[in-house]
Formats: sequence, C-alpha cells, structure tokens
Amino acid sequence: MRNLSLSTLGPLAALILLIVLGASLNDNFLSAGNITNVLARSAFIGMIAVGMTFVITSGGLDLSVGSMAAFVAGMVILAMNALQPSLGVGLPLALIGIGVALAVGLLAGLANGLLVTRVGIEPFIVTLGTMGIFRSLVTWLADGGTLSLDFAMREYIGPIYYGGILGISWPIIVFALVVVIGEIAMRHTRFGRYSEAIGSNDKVARYSAVKVERIQLLTYVFLGLLVGLATILYVPRLGSASGSTGLLWELEAIAAVIIGGTALKGGFGRVWGTVVGVLILSLIGNILNLANLVSPYLNGAIQGVIIVLAVVLQRKKTSAEGR
Amino acid sequence: MTPALALKDVTKSFGPIEVLHGIDFDLHPGEVHALIGENGAGKSTMMKVLGGFLQPTAGEVLLDGAPARFHSGPEAEARGVVVIHQEFNLAQDLTVSQNIWLGREMGGFFLDHKAMRQATQALLEQLECRVGPDARVSDLPVSDRQMVEIAKALSRNARVLIMDEPSAVLTSHEVQVLFRQIDRLRAAGVALLYTSHRLEEVDHLADRITVLRDGAVVRRAVRGELTEDGMATAMVGRDLKDIYPPRRTDFGPVVLEVQDFAVPPLVEGIGFSLRRGEVLGISGLVGSGRTELAEGLVGLRPHTGTLRRNGAEVSLRSLSDAEDHGLAYLTEDRKERGLLLDKTLRENLTLSTLKRFGTPFLSRAAEEAALGKAIADFDIRAPKRDMAVGNLSGGNQQKLLLAKTMLPEPEVVIIDEPTRGIDIGTKSQIYHFIDRLAREGRSVIVISSDMPEILGLSDRVMVMRQGRVAGVLEGAAITETAVVRLVMGTSESEKATENA
Repeated sequence: MRNLSLSTLGPLAALILLIVLGASLNDNFLSAGNITNVLARSAFIGMIAVGMTFVITSGGLDLSVGSMAAFVAGMVILAMNALQPSLGVGLPLALIGIGVALAVGLLAGLANGLLVTRVGIEPFIVTLGTMGIFRSLVTWLADGGTLSLDFAMREYIGPIYYGGILGISWPIIVFALVVVIGEIAMRHTRFGRYSEAIGSNDKVARYSAVKVERIQLLTYVFLGLLVGLATILYVPRLGSASGSTGLLWELEAIAAVIIGGTALKGGFGRVWGTVVGVLILSLIGNILNLANLVSPYLNGAIQGVIIVLAVVLQRKKTSAEGR
Repeated sequence: MTPALALKDVTKSFGPIEVLHGIDFDLHPGEVHALIGENGAGKSTMMKVLGGFLQPTAGEVLLDGAPARFHSGPEAEARGVVVIHQEFNLAQDLTVSQNIWLGREMGGFFLDHKAMRQATQALLEQLECRVGPDARVSDLPVSDRQMVEIAKALSRNARVLIMDEPSAVLTSHEVQVLFRQIDRLRAAGVALLYTSHRLEEVDHLADRITVLRDGAVVRRAVRGELTEDGMATAMVGRDLKDIYPPRRTDFGPVVLEVQDFAVPPLVEGIGFSLRRGEVLGISGLVGSGRTELAEGLVGLRPHTGTLRRNGAEVSLRSLSDAEDHGLAYLTEDRKERGLLLDKTLRENLTLSTLKRFGTPFLSRAAEEAALGKAIADFDIRAPKRDMAVGNLSGGNQQKLLLAKTMLPEPEVVIIDEPTRGIDIGTKSQIYHFIDRLAREGRSVIVISSDMPEILGLSDRVMVMRQGRVAGVLEGAAITETAVVRLVMGTSESEKATENA
C-alpha cells in the first residue's frame, strides 16, 4: 500500500479508537445484536455515500439525495398501493416496487446529471434546486401527511429489512456488495480512473480524450441508482414516506465521504475510506446512546467536530505536498 | 540629467537559472524608451523588476538616482512607478469607476461615489474612450479594458509608466489614441517604457531603443539609428550551436493535407501539406492562431475545411477521432492541460489510452510495463515511480507528456511549444527525440515561439500572422531574418511569400 500517511490512517485510527471506547464503556457494545443494529442503520447512508464518493471525486456534489430517497420511497409506496388490488400481495408486486425504486432513482440521477453536464449549471445549484423539488413533490403526493404502504404488503416485504442469511441481515449484505463493487470500480476500472482525472483537472482530462461529460453524467446516474437501492431496503423498515423522510441524509453522506479522506474538491476518491466515515458517524450516535457520558442530544456537535477535524487533516496533507 | 528610474548591473535568477545578466537600463523624464526582444528574452522579468514585483538577485534599482528597494508592486506605485500589465489587473465584477479607485476610494466613512464617477469620466474623456464610469468591466471588450488600465495609471499621477505590449489588443484607431496619450504624457515629463512586437510602432514612438536577447542587452540605439530590419536582426542574431540534430533529407508521400481550413473566429484560409518523415515548423507571434489551428486539426475546436489523411478525406470531431486517424497533439500548457500534477507517472502516462490497458478491469502490470518502456525510451528521470508528477522537474514532465502523447503511436504528431520553460540540456534531448520520431517515419508539426528552435528543427517553416498563413519557407530560404520579417509583417514580407 502506498501513501501511508496520517490522513490515510487517521480515519481508521479514529474508528478503532471509537470501538475500544465503546467496548470499555458498555458490555453490550460488542454484542452481535448491537453490531448488527449499527451496521444495518449504516447501510442506507453507506450505499448513498459510496455513490457520493464518485460524484465528489469527479468534482461534483449532490445535495438532493435525502429528498430523492423520500421521493423514491413515496413513488414506490404509491405504485404498490395502486397495483395491490389487481396483483394481490406477493412477489410480482414486490418486484414492481423494486423496479419502480431503481427506475425513479435512475431518472432522478439522470436529471441532476443532465442539468450539470448539458445545461452547464454548477452541481451545488442544480442539486440545491432538485433537493427542494423532490422533497416538495413527496410532501404534495402525501398531501402534507404520510404515505403508508398497505399493511398486508408491508408484512410481506418485511424480511427485506429484517431477514437475512446466516444471521446477517439483507441491508448489511447488500451494503457490503455495493462497497466491494464501488471499491473495484474506483481502483480497477476506467470509470474510477476517469472520475479521479476529471476531479483532478477536467481540462487535462478533456485534452486526454476523456469524455468528461459522459463520465460526470454516469456518476450522478450511479448515485441515483444507489439511492433507489437504499430506498428498497428502507421502505420495509417503516412502510411509510413523508416530507421528513431522509432528512439531512445528504449531509451525513457527504460528511462520511469527507471523513473517509476523499477530497471535497475532487481528484482523489477512497471508497473504503467512505465506509470508515459512515461507521464513525454511526458509532458516535450509538456510543452516546449506550453510555451516559454525554447527552445523546450532543450527537450532532460531536459529528461536526469530527468533520472539521478530518478536513483540517486533509489540509495539512495538501500543504505538505505543496512544499 | 538623473534618470527617473534605472537598473544598475541587475542580475535576476530563478533557482539555479539566471535569466537576467548584469542589465544597465534607464528611463528619463519626458522620454519614451522602447524595450524589444524575442519571447523569452527576459523583457517581462525586467519589467517586473522595474515595477517592484520582483527583487533583483544582484545589482540595484535606482529611483531618482537613489537606491530604492520596492517590496511589492503597490509600494512602487505609491512612489509613482506604475506598470500596465499584459494580463489586466482589473476586478471583473466591479464597475470602471470602482476599479480605478480600488484601494484609494474617495470620501470618508461613506464613499463619495459622485466625485469618483466624475473623476473617472474626466479621465476617460481625456483618453477619448466612450465607456461609462458605471460599466461593468466584464462587459467591456478587451481594448476598452486596456483603456481603463491606462486611465487607472493616469489617475495615480504616474511619473514612470511601464507598458507591457499595450497595443497588442487594440485596433488601429485605438492605437492612434494611445499614441496621442503617450505623446501627451511624454510632454508632461513622464518617463515611459514601451514594449511591442510591432516594430513600426517602436520606430514611430521610441526616443531610445534597447534590444534584449537571452537576458542581456545586445544593442542600444537612439531614434533613427535602427531600421525595423536592423531591430529584427539585433533581436534574433545568434548562432545555433549543435544542440540540433542533423537535418533529414528523404521524405515519403504526403500524409496530411489541409485545405481552406478555418477555426473560427481567428483562423481562416489555412492550407498546407505534410510529408512522411518531415518536421514542419509553425512560427508566429503569441495570438497569431497557431494553437487554435492545432486544436482545430485534432478536433478539440469546431472547424471547417478539408483534411486528408493519406489522400482520403477525414472528419475529426473529437480527440478520439483524431487518435483513430493517427493524429496526436501535445499541448503548450503542460501544467493545466497536459498533466495531472497530483497524480503519479503511471496514471498520467496511460490516461488518454486507458482502453488499451484492459476491459473491464485495468491491468496494473501492463500499465507498469508501459511506464517502464516510456522511462527508458524518453529518459524520464524520476526519483520514485509512484511520485506525483507535479514534483518532477519541468524537463522530466515534458518528457513524460511526450511519452503520453506518443503512446497511441500516432503517425502525425503536433507538438506545441516543445521546450517551454526547460533547461538547455533537456531541450537538446527533446530535439533529438523529435528527430527520432521523424526518422521512424512519423511526421511532426512543431509550433514554437522560440526562433532558434524553429530554425534548428524544421524542414519547412510556415509562418502565421493574425490567423492566416503569412508565408512558407523551405530549405536555404529558412533564415532568421526571413522568418522574423514574416512574423512581424514588415514591408518585405510580401516578397518573401512570393519566393516561397
């Protein structure tokens, strides 16, 4: 492994420190139940954060993912409720739900990507706009209230969140798969290499015959698909969607990417770092809930300190390289 | 008479490289002193030393005969020495008036907008410039921005005014206005330094002329002493050492033919052909459309016209199209368009040819092998293979960029400024690489602002001026004076075109 520096090992060291801290504060911390709980909760943000890693690495940003998740969930519930009388509760309806989630996620990502690459609007502005649009749409669809999945169907698809194989629940398995695919794509395919090149200097990429717009578009579409995938696993958990579903997920996902060592200005992406970032954020909440040291209400404050610290470490690395 | 501003035995080095060697130079009140020289002769460095933006390594700057040490441009400005830069120092989003008074706003706690506007209006009227004080700078054409810069300098009551190619972006009418202003300033006792690539302007304006070459003063003259031809000869007159490879003699058939080629808005009516094994040099001033032409040829810019490869007409809409037809382009902007400075050698080398290194998974081993070959073929000296390219020396970066460009094995390669910012030893190496490419049966187009390089490398020279072909020189007709005449467009250029 190359570049073994403080900024590479920092997040990993922080994660280990948190685990040791958690274990010493509460005996239940390392129990199978708690570990599964933390991992399963990390899975939603985690999958989205893996997609976000590619967007940020190629110099983009997506603020709309939280709203997008709410919108996708709303569409899935509406579609399943509408088709349940004709199809009945069963596998076909569940598959349609999965299809709707992936399709809506893909289209939403495509919309973001096209606005950024074809219309040429800055990613921050585009996704700030679509963030409002998606959330407003789901609130409108729910008429200001909550969209609820029919109880029988909810019962049927429950195992998608609660079930699993060999004691490992589906969200964790799917998350692990996404991470492996993401890591391989980033390290060993043209897509990953081009993403880094574009984020590093898009002019150089253009002068190297890289189809810059196409790669950037792909990163947004990939992220949209992953939002769809995360929603598939999320809907069975609550069985409902409202204007407050997925609130602030975008910030948690971006924070995880940054803590993991991916440069916010792009050019350098680390998928496994993002996983570490997601776990750090989840563990802080978990430890505060288990231990009585600090009020859990301070969760956000501690996460904030971690984010700022991570960026300070990154800055140190950059200035050292500049010398 | 004491000069207003003078350099006494000034030397300037950047790291180990000395770029100004013991310069003596003076500017007298009420006099226009022209400084001329080729690109890279050291004019800009000298002006930066005069304007306080650079400190001399040795020697001193004298203001009114007393040693002065300016630590910054603004410090020099405060003492009446004002530089008008080629790249403007205007805040794009502010108005004309806000720019002119930036940092010296009139009024107390509240700004006196009215007074500043009126003063701006007066300055602009003096310059016969029709721009309003409230116009936003980003909305102005380049020539008006130049006028705003001049107005800004006037507002500072400059005693010494240093103008870095002020006429380069002006129309002929605007140049006349500029000349009247210069005459007025001269009469008012301002000491002026004027640089231009247009030698007829120098002839018209200058009371004294200093010619700079390779960082040293090679000629001083007073008005009427030098003709335009004399200036050109003084600028380029240097002997070529054997840093250049011997010339090639046997060329193959025509591999590239260009007809009525245009790259809007600047370049039009370009026609030339290129033979197998030939090196075609393209000369011309910065801004004459050389890079635009090259980028049009490889599909990086929209273009019109006919392009034939080995006799067959081809359409190149993108860089990948160009690569498919065996064309490659090495950019003049190594750091911003050529290389990813924060990435490793390997990632840079293979970026434009990544498809050859495995689908869907890239083969690290194949990439490393390609890097090993590139390092050997182009003598790239990197302390570590996995270091960031930005930490390599300029020469090694350029060799890597050349290796990257040659990786798809193009038959025709366009090399834009092959040796910009590179020491003489590496330069010679790159010349021999270019020669090797030609002897391997490839065809090379070399675009360069470095006159000796054009003369030393090219089998033929095409000179561009204002987006058009000013002339083509071949064989014994390739002389420094002939090229400079075509570049500058002096009176005898038409004859040279006919001879070619």
